[in-house]
Order: sequence, then C-alpha cells, then structure tokens
Amino acid sequence: MKTPTFKSRLKTPSDLGLVAVQPSAPLLLLVAISTLARCEIGGVFKRLATLGCLLTALLIFNQPLVAQEQTAAEPFAQALELLRQGSMQEREQAIEQLSGDMRSLSLLQALQDGKLFDFKAQSKLVIAQEIDTGYSLTDPLNGTALPNVERSEVGKINLNNKLRGNIRKIVGQLQLNAPNASVRLAAVKAMNTDIDEKALALLKSHLTNESDEAVKQAIQKILLLQDLNSSDKALRIAAIEALKDLDSQDVVNTLQVIIDKDADGNYLESDSDVRNLAEAALIKIRERMQAYAAVETVFFGLSLGAVLVLAAIGLAITFGVMGIINMAHGELMMLGAYTTYVMQQLLPNHLGTALILSIPMAFLVAALVGIAIERGIIRFLYGRPLETLLATFGVSLFLQQSVRSIFSPLNRSVSTPEWMSGSWQINDFLSLTWNRFYILIFCLLVFTALLQILKRTKLGLEVRAVAQNRGMARAMGIPTARVDALTFGLGSGIAGVAGVALSQITNVGPNLGQAYIVDSFMVVVFGGVGNLFGTLVAGFTLGIANKVLEPYAGAVLAKILVLVFIILFIQKRPRGLFPQKGRAAES
Amino acid sequence: MQKPNNPFRKLVMSAALSTLLFASTTPANAEDTIKVGVLHSLSGTMAISETTLKDTMLMLIDEQNKKGGLLGKKLEAVVVDPASNWPLFAEKARELITKDKVASIFGCWTSVSRKSVLPVIEELNSILFYPVQYEGEESSKNVFYTGAAPNQQAIPAVDYLMNDLKVQRWVLAGTDYVYPRTTNKILEAYLKAKGVAAKDIMINYTPFGHSDWQSIVSDIKKFGSTGKKTAVVSTINGDANVPFYKELGNQGISAEKIPVVAFSVGEEELSGMDTKPLVGHLAAWNYFMSVDTTKNAAFIQQWKDYIKNPKRVTNDPMEAHYIGFNMWVKAVEKAGTTDADAVQKALIGVEFPNLSGGVAKMLPNHHISKPVLIGEIQGDGQFVTVWQTNKVIDGDAWSDFLPDSKPIIADWTAPISCGNYNTKTKKCSGQNY
Amino acid sequence: MNIFTQDKTYTTTLITLAAVTLLIPFCNLMTTENSVLHFSAYSVSLIGKYLTFALLGLSLDMVWGYAGILVLGQGAFFALGGYAMGMYLMRQIGSRGVYGNPDLPDFMVFLNWTELPWYWQGFEHFGFAMLMVLLAPGLLAFVFGWLAFRSRVTGVYLSIITQALTYALLLAFFRNEMGFGGNNGLTDFKDILGFNIQSEAVRSLLLLATGLSLIAALLLCRWIVNSKLGRVVTAIRDQESRVRFLGYRVELFKLWVFVFAAMLAGLAGALYVPQVGIINPSEFSPLNSLEIVIWVAVGGRGTLYGAIIGAVLVNYAKTVLTGLMPDAWLFCLGAVFILVTLLLPDGIVGLLRRRIKPVTEATANTAGQTV
Repeated sequence: MKTPTFKSRLKTPSDLGLVAVQPSAPLLLLVAISTLARCEIGGVFKRLATLGCLLTALLIFNQPLVAQEQTAAEPFAQALELLRQGSMQEREQAIEQLSGDMRSLSLLQALQDGKLFDFKAQSKLVIAQEIDTGYSLTDPLNGTALPNVERSEVGKINLNNKLRGNIRKIVGQLQLNAPNASVRLAAVKAMNTDIDEKALALLKSHLTNESDEAVKQAIQKILLLQDLNSSDKALRIAAIEALKDLDSQDVVNTLQVIIDKDADGNYLESDSDVRNLAEAALIKIRERMQAYAAVETVFFGLSLGAVLVLAAIGLAITFGVMGIINMAHGELMMLGAYTTYVMQQLLPNHLGTALILSIPMAFLVAALVGIAIERGIIRFLYGRPLETLLATFGVSLFLQQSVRSIFSPLNRSVSTPEWMSGSWQINDFLSLTWNRFYILIFCLLVFTALLQILKRTKLGLEVRAVAQNRGMARAMGIPTARVDALTFGLGSGIAGVAGVALSQITNVGPNLGQAYIVDSFMVVVFGGVGNLFGTLVAGFTLGIANKVLEPYAGAVLAKILVLVFIILFIQKRPRGLFPQKGRAAES
Repeated sequence: MQKPNNPFRKLVMSAALSTLLFASTTPANAEDTIKVGVLHSLSGTMAISETTLKDTMLMLIDEQNKKGGLLGKKLEAVVVDPASNWPLFAEKARELITKDKVASIFGCWTSVSRKSVLPVIEELNSILFYPVQYEGEESSKNVFYTGAAPNQQAIPAVDYLMNDLKVQRWVLAGTDYVYPRTTNKILEAYLKAKGVAAKDIMINYTPFGHSDWQSIVSDIKKFGSTGKKTAVVSTINGDANVPFYKELGNQGISAEKIPVVAFSVGEEELSGMDTKPLVGHLAAWNYFMSVDTTKNAAFIQQWKDYIKNPKRVTNDPMEAHYIGFNMWVKAVEKAGTTDADAVQKALIGVEFPNLSGGVAKMLPNHHISKPVLIGEIQGDGQFVTVWQTNKVIDGDAWSDFLPDSKPIIADWTAPISCGNYNTKTKKCSGQNY
Repeated sequence: MNIFTQDKTYTTTLITLAAVTLLIPFCNLMTTENSVLHFSAYSVSLIGKYLTFALLGLSLDMVWGYAGILVLGQGAFFALGGYAMGMYLMRQIGSRGVYGNPDLPDFMVFLNWTELPWYWQGFEHFGFAMLMVLLAPGLLAFVFGWLAFRSRVTGVYLSIITQALTYALLLAFFRNEMGFGGNNGLTDFKDILGFNIQSEAVRSLLLLATGLSLIAALLLCRWIVNSKLGRVVTAIRDQESRVRFLGYRVELFKLWVFVFAAMLAGLAGALYVPQVGIINPSEFSPLNSLEIVIWVAVGGRGTLYGAIIGAVLVNYAKTVLTGLMPDAWLFCLGAVFILVTLLLPDGIVGLLRRRIKPVTEATANTAGQTV
C-alpha cells in the first residue's frame, strides 16, 4: 500500500471516503473522475490540490485491492488498520466503517480521549494509560491487559476536529442503549447537532423504549424542533406551545428563524399566527435569559471575589495584623503554585489526589519559607515597617529569580483534575464552572479555618495580644519572638494555599506573584487593615463590582472604575470598611 | 575615623566612582572575534518567551564556531538583559553597538521593544534581526524581519476557517496593543470585503495578563450560539492565554463548537499549559515542531542536546532566528566583511531553506518568504498540520487591506531604497536619513 | 534637625554634580570623536538618565523623607511629565511620520482618527508643553492630595491609594482609545526646538539641562527644608497630631510638599523622555514607583543628597549587572536590598557620615509610627 504523503491530507474532498467503503471498480472510476473534476476549481492552491487529488485517486484504486487480498472477510479489521496508519481522510472512512459495530465503542471512546495508540512492534491498536515508566496497555476490543511498554514504542493516533465530531455522534448512537441514564442523555445531546434522517429515525424508535424522564424530554425536544419545519400549521403551533417553557438555546435559534425576514424582506414563516406565537414565546424566554444572566454575573463576581480574598487573606495577617509591608507575599503564593506542580509531577496518575495533597504541602513549604524570612530578616526590623518593604522586595526578587533558575523561566503546566473541569450545566443559559465553584468553597473554608485559629486557639490569642501591644504581651510572658515567627509563618502558609487555588485558574510561572500583589494590598486596605472579616467583604465587593461593571464598561475600564472607587472610598472612610477601634488603631 | 581632610577624601572617592562609571564604557580591545549581540529579556514579564531565544542564539553561535567561525574568526555572543523594560532595550542596544561593537543584534519580542530600539539602531547604523510575528506597517533599513507579517499568518488562517470550516461568525479577540489592533483591523477589512456583515463580527480587547475571562468567554458563548458556525481569531498574548483556554474548556466551548485559531500560541506556550481543554483548537504559524523534514529533525535533536533536556520543544520564533542567523552568516561571507552597510546590501536576496519546507529568501523589503501552516493542537502539546500553503508566501510590510498603507511599498534596493515609498505620490516619507 | 552642621557629604555631592554636569557637555562640545576626553553618546545618555532618576529620587525624598508621606505612586507624576514632553516631541515630527499626516501622530492615523483630540491642542508650543510638564502632575497631586489630606488619610492607607492611583493610570494609558499611543506609547522623536534630538550637541545640552535642574532642585529643596515651612513639615512627619494641636493646618503643609514633589517628578520625567527616546505606560507600573522608594532607602532617607546617591548607584548597578551577569543580576540586586536594610538602616549616606550622629536614630523610630 502506498503511504499517503502529506499532500493527501490537504484539500481533498472529504466525502471520498464514504464511497470507498464498498469498493467496486466502476464506481471508483467515477469517484476518481469526479475528484479530478473538483480539483479544477481548486482556487489558490490549485496545482497542489490537483496533485493531491491524483494521489488520492490512485490510493482509492490501490487500496481496496490490497484490502480485498488481505482481509476481504473482515472489514472490521481492515478499518482498524486504516485507522492505525491512514491519513485523516482514511481515518474518517475507517471511523464510518466502525460505526455500525458495538465492538468499536470502547475503541472509539479511547480514540476520542486521545488514549488510542499504535503499538508499533505488533502493528496493532492499543489503549494506553500513561504511567511513570511509559504506558500500560490494554486491548481495545476485549479489554485484556497487555505488558507495559516504553514511551517510544507506541505512537498516538491523532485526530482533527471533523473526526472528533463524527466520533462523538457515532459514540452517541452506540451509547443510546447504554444502561446508565446519564450516558444516554449525553448520547442524545451529542446527536443533536446537524441531525440527519437516520439519527432522527433512531431517536424516534428509541423514545418508545426509553424509561428515563430526562432522556425522554431531550428526545422529545429534538423531535419538536423538527416539527417546527413541518408543513402542518397545527403541528407547528403545538410545537411552539410545547417548546416555549424550555430553557434551550436551540429553541431560541429556531424561533428566531421563524420571525426573521429573508434578504427580500419577506418573512421566512408565511403564517402570521405562528409568527406572533413565536414572538411571544421568544419574549418570555428572553426574560428568563436575563434573569439567568444576572445570576451568572453574581456568580462570576463571587468567584473573582474568592480569588481576591484568597490572594489577600494571607496578607491580611502579615500586613494587617503584624504590620509588615510584605512585598514577597505574591512570591509566597507562587511557591504554593509550584508546590502543586511538583506534587503533580510526583503523582502523575493521581492528579486529583496530588492537588488535594498539595494543599497541606503548599502550606508547609510557604510557611517554612515565611518563617525563614521572618527569622532571617524581618525580626530585625520590627517597628520599622518601611524597612520591611525594602527587605521583602529584595526577597521577592530573590525568590522570583530562584524559581527561574530552578524551574526555568517558562510557565509550568498544572493539570486540572477531572472533577474540577467542566461546568455544572443547569440549563442552556446558565452553567457554573466547577473550578470556580470549588475555589469559592475553598476560599470560605480557608477563611473559616483561619478565623477559628485566631479566635479559638492559644496561638490565636497570643497573636492578637502581640498585635495589640507588643510590650505588654511580652510582660505577660508571651514569647513574642516565637509568636511573631509563627504568625508570619501562618500568613505565608495561607498565601501558599492560595497559590494552589491560583494554579487551577492561571499561569504557574515566575510572574504569578506580581500579578496579584497590587490587588491583594488593595483588598486588605479597602477592608480595613487588621480586620479579617473586612478582607472577606472587601474581596467579594470588589469582585462583584468588577463583574457588574464589565459588560457596560469593558474589562479594563471596569478595573479602573473600581480603583477610582477605592481611592474615593478611602477619602470617605480613611481606615477602610471595618476600621480597627481603640488605641491599636492609632499606630 | 575622623580626618581633617575629609571633604577632599570624599571628592576623590566620588571622582573614582565616576571614573569607574566611564571606564566601563571604553571600547573593548579584543578584535580577534566577531561579536553578536543577543538582546532578549531574561527577567520580567517577557522572560517566559525570550529566554528560549537567547539559548537558541547561543546554540547557533556555538555551532557556527564548531564549523570554524566566520571569516576566519570566532563568533562571540554578547548577552545582555533588558529586563522587559522598554527604555532599557534602547539603552542596551546602544551599549551593544557602541561599547561591545557587535556586528549585529538578534533580539526583541514585543512591538514596543522593537520601536524603542529602532531609533538607536538606525542612528548607529547597525543590524537587528527581529524574529517574531508582528503587525507590519514598518520597514527599516537596519531591521530584518524574520517573523511573519500579517499576510503570512492572519489572512491564510481566516481563509482556512472560511473555506474549510465554513465559519460565518467571527470573534476577533486580542490583547490591547498594536499587533492585535493592526491584525484585527486588517482582518475586519478583509472579512467585510468577503461579504461578512458587521453584526457577525465581534471585536474584543483585554489588557496584558488578563486573568479573569469568565464574562468574556460567556459573551463568546452567547455570540456563537445562534446556530451559525462561529470561530475565534485570537491575538491574545502570552500569559493571558492559559486562563483564557481554561475558561473556554470549563464553560464547555470545545474546538468542534467554536474553534479558536491563535497567532501567539506555539509549542513553548503549550508546554506550560494543561492541554486537555485545548485539543482541536488551531494555531497558524510558519513552523511547527511536528513538521516532518530531515532538517527539522536535526534541528530538534541539536536543540535537545544543547539544552540537555529531551522534553524541550522548538517553536516558530526559534526557527526565525535559525533562518535569520544563517542568512546573516551567508551575507557576511558574501560581503567578506561585517560592515553594516555591506551586510545590509548582501542580505537582500540571500536564500536559506526553511525548516518547515521551501526556501526562505530575504526580500528587498527586509521581510522573508515563508510557508504558512495551520495546525490543530493535540493532547501532547504538539500540532498536527491540517492545512498548508503549497508554496512560500512573501512577507508584505505594508498591508494591502488598509487604505492608508495600500499604496505604500518598501524596497531597499536602488533606485527606490526606501522603507516607506508611496507608489502614487512617488515619495519616500517617514525616514530619518 | 541639625541641618546647619557641617555636612560634608552634601557639599561633595553638589561639587560632583556640578563637575559632571559642566565637564561632560563641555568636553564633548570642545573635542572631537577620537579625543580621550570625549564621552560616547552611550555614556552621555546613560548619565543623563541617571541624573533624571536622581531628580525623581530627590522629589520622593522631599515628600517621604521630610513630610513622612510614603508615596508608592511617585512614578505616576514622573510619567505624566514625561507624557507632556512626549506629546510636544510627537507634534514636532509633523509630516515626517510614517503616514505623513501633518497634524496627527501616526498612532492616531492608525486608529482612523480624523482630528487631534482637545487635550493634544497646544502641545506644539514648547512653552505650553513645559507648563503642562509641571501643571499636569501638579494638578493631579493637588486634587488627590486635597482629598486625601483633608480626610486625614494617613500611613499605609495613603501609600496604598497612591499605588492604586498609579495602577489606574497604568491601565488607562494602556488603552488605545485614550489617545496616548497605548502600549507602544510615544516614540520615534525627531526634533526638539528645531534641533535633531539624536545629535551630539543636543544630547550634551540635555545632559547639561538635567544636571542644572538637579542642582537647582537640590538647592531649592535644601532651602525649603531649612525654612520655617520645612521645619513645620518635618515636625508633621515626627508628630502629626502635636503639630495640629499647635494650631497648624497640617493638611495644607502636606499638600504643599506633595504638589511640589509631584512637579519635580514631572520635570524629571520631561527631561527623561528626550534622552531615552520613548515614553510608554510601563512607567506607571506600581513596581517602578516602588523602585524609587528603594533608591531613596538605599541612599539614605531624609537627607536629599542620599536620594541622589541612591538613585545613581542602584541604576548604575543595574546597568552593569544586567550586562555582566544577565542571568543572576536579580539575585545580586535582591541581596543588596536585604543587606542594606539589615546592615545600613540609614542607607549609604549613613555609612558615609557615621561619625556625625544626627537625628537618624529618632527618624528611624518615628518612621515606624508615621507610616
């Protein structure tokens, strides 16, 4: 068999494959001729395309012959072979061939997830799972385990978007009879795009057997949407009536088409009753959409606020409680993020576990570095907060460059575990992303824990005592030096924990800290220095304000407006939202 | 400690200090090497991208020395760190040219750093090789642009989306600076010329390092949910990409629904990202690491050996430096000297094979010819080429899709010898010399 | 404050400054390219840059060292002055721009603007531009200071909102719609007062102007801090409430110094731009402003000349280190900052005049309370 050159991957008509499945010489000739004819209108890349077409045409002649000789009895194995070695076009036809066969389900799913590999030594397809030493292999057809192999022994089967779409539909059709209702629901949804007659018939026949209510509804929706195209007016009206209470983008799009005009100014839908009904339904749906949009904005604001609170809360301790202008705060967060990266490198197959384990690890790493900074530098500077600014700025430069030297200046890739990716799809108009959702909860947990530490523990009592009056605290027998170190360690540790959260939403690189330091200071000051609760309220307020303004003003202007708001607010309340009371506030 | 002549001592001290200051500015005396300046940020925000290019240059120079150097002399790299600080770029360029007497400079990444260096390079008549795709609308006598001009990246990408993916609605999303602005302006004009209605184009700008993409991605989702095929053309720069793609993935926008074609996301950027949500999205470049040529395989191996890390990747700007450096070597050999004027002349017309196929030629407008490739991102952080031009495309300094620059051409050969020549008025403008 | 004690370092600084300012331009104008006494364009522009930074440091020392207001946004005033100068220089390009438009700078042609926005009017006149160099930062400082000092915003709160100010300006100037050239800023200058900005003579004269401005500013600051006004300001730094109880309008004194320092910073910015050839929004970045604080702290706060020494030394170290050890210079710089804080609480100046035991100790203690 002739190996396809890179040219055949280019502009060849994609529908070729469908024909080549059941080869017959006259048909093939026809295809080849039509291929060449198409090439005449090749446009800019005419010459090359013609060449490509010729080659493809040749391929079509060659290929079935070879295939017939080898595996005439087994088109399935032939399709696997095409999938393993073929070009994108050949893969497409192979996938089409596999579609009718239940055996191919796990294989296609693996292909979709990028886990299908070519085991070069044995010339067969395998499902491979990455492990420390290379890959662990399983047979895609019967699921038996195969011996582990080195990285270089297998090659991944690549896909493009078109193939991915095809596979998704095929997997959907194959899964329509799956025992799990949620799998069936996903399958129906996957079939929804560009639905054809065949799939429609499949769904119709499936509807009678379906027991799950959600799946039924999904299928019914698809069928109703099809009814809107029917020539029977009563059917169309009934469909609109049934659809108007659904929160579905498809419904909106289809209804929109009904009330739209074509290029000549005529309505696409000739009947005015149907039009009016559709318009009324659209207005109702739009109203609901706006309500959902408002909920979404609040969620966006809360999640941005959660990030701000997490970034600022460690600073609320080192800066707010201890009075140290800690310019290295951002770099401590960066250390937390890098800890996550290292943990994921250590446990490459348990990303979720690694992420959870990195929370205490990041706390530990950042806290230890924090204590080292406190013992090594800051303890000589108490009572001179400005000098702490200078020294910690030095520390931040030092930490940044260290990370550059150790981990390289490039960003590091931190993966998101399965349970944190994707979103909670409430309906077509409202979905809340899981990672933001978890970060919001995480933020509240960290805050509560910190508050409890400060309120309920002996350390907390001592911290507050030292913060209020260092001399008096010492006189009462509190080991101020130890408390200072532990407090700074606590604040730094929290910064490290925040870094773990940040690693899930942004870059893990040497500049991570700098991106958040200014915002962190802003939040602490806005909330009132020395008040943890103020930091929480300030973070969420600024987050929501930002997100409410963003649709009107744009991302940049919204941020500027928020900054101006902070500046003006401080004029009104010179000590932030929740000013400290009493004598301690004077210093 | 107390001495009667204290003020005098202080004066001497300060004088000594100032002497030290100027001492470092006296020219170096060693003339047995040819010096090559490397002007890439090694710290600050741009270090992420530029450090690799510094290493690439060191590798190329090292290799050239192994081959026996140039004109019988060894090459010597002079590396400085402009620290992502734009005025410092100008200062360091001046330092390289006047103090270190480098024969040419390889450097810069952002447009603003190039703009900052430009007057210095022109004043001192040196040579700069600029390796990054950029907005065009410029051609300096002293700068050689080895990255892509808009017609070598943006236009082919849009053609691909329009013809092959049948895209009808367009989101042009970019970071708010001159490269995305120009590119989007060109693309907007181009799309409208192709009959796309204004309501089917959404343009959005965000600041550098933008990290909260929730609202914008939600808007893109809404924009793309009308049933018409929608694509995002992204000129989002560097650091903002990771949160952008993460948010896309989390909000359920897959490449099948709304493909994103990026002009600033290459293998190196991908190596720092979780590629799961990116699979299937597109990028347009002139080089992919996955391009299967023997030259490229050798280059990748050389790079991995040099950097002593088998996992390191290669990318488009690296290839640009590879081509630029080799062109410079050829031109110096052709001219027989490193004198800037002679080399500038010799460079035009120099040919060197691209790693990604075809032959790059230095054109009279100081841009080079390159093939354009469009690739889909794979889970392993590599690209699979899904489309490519059948021949190399000549870089066009002045876009034909902008009314202001349509009549303008750049041609540094006689008789025009101008980077900003108006073919209508027959006048050369905007030049300092 | 024993200002009148014989402060030798002050004299030395002044003499050195005068020597550098006068000698270099003189040598350069008198000698030819190959002469031993000739300074390269590189050194001239470098020294010029250091001197503008020194002026900027001096302005911060006035407001921080003497009035005790830690401004983390001094860079904003510097950049505003720079932009005013940049706008003048842009207008001087005239029709020599890329698109050859006689009125509009290139970036406006590019954004499809058809006429000059109102806030660009008048900048073609040097006098008006120079006025704006002082007025723009001065006005901003006045409004901001008037609000802040009146409502008695002090300490870290003040520091952080000055940081917010410069950060907001940074974001605003990044926006292309603002009409200040966006991220690229203003560059590609050609002439100043009709002379080629890249010519050697202009460079020397710019250095001369910078040096003279710095000397004048130093003398003026010195005079102010020794005047009654200066003494009240210093008193406010050390015990604000006490001064208020004595009947002084504290906020007015603070405002005065704040505006004065902002104008000095604006002047520094205006001198900086023609010498480095570019002004862009990154000058507004909070980190830049933080660096100014560090120059002053390294040099020695509250001494005026300390700020000058600090600015020149830190920047000189940066120049040398970024060339000598491009991969590790941040380690050195970081270490220097840490060591200076730990070992030299009064900065380099403290080291130079350790035998004189002025108020520095008291300053250090009270600083803790005022900031």
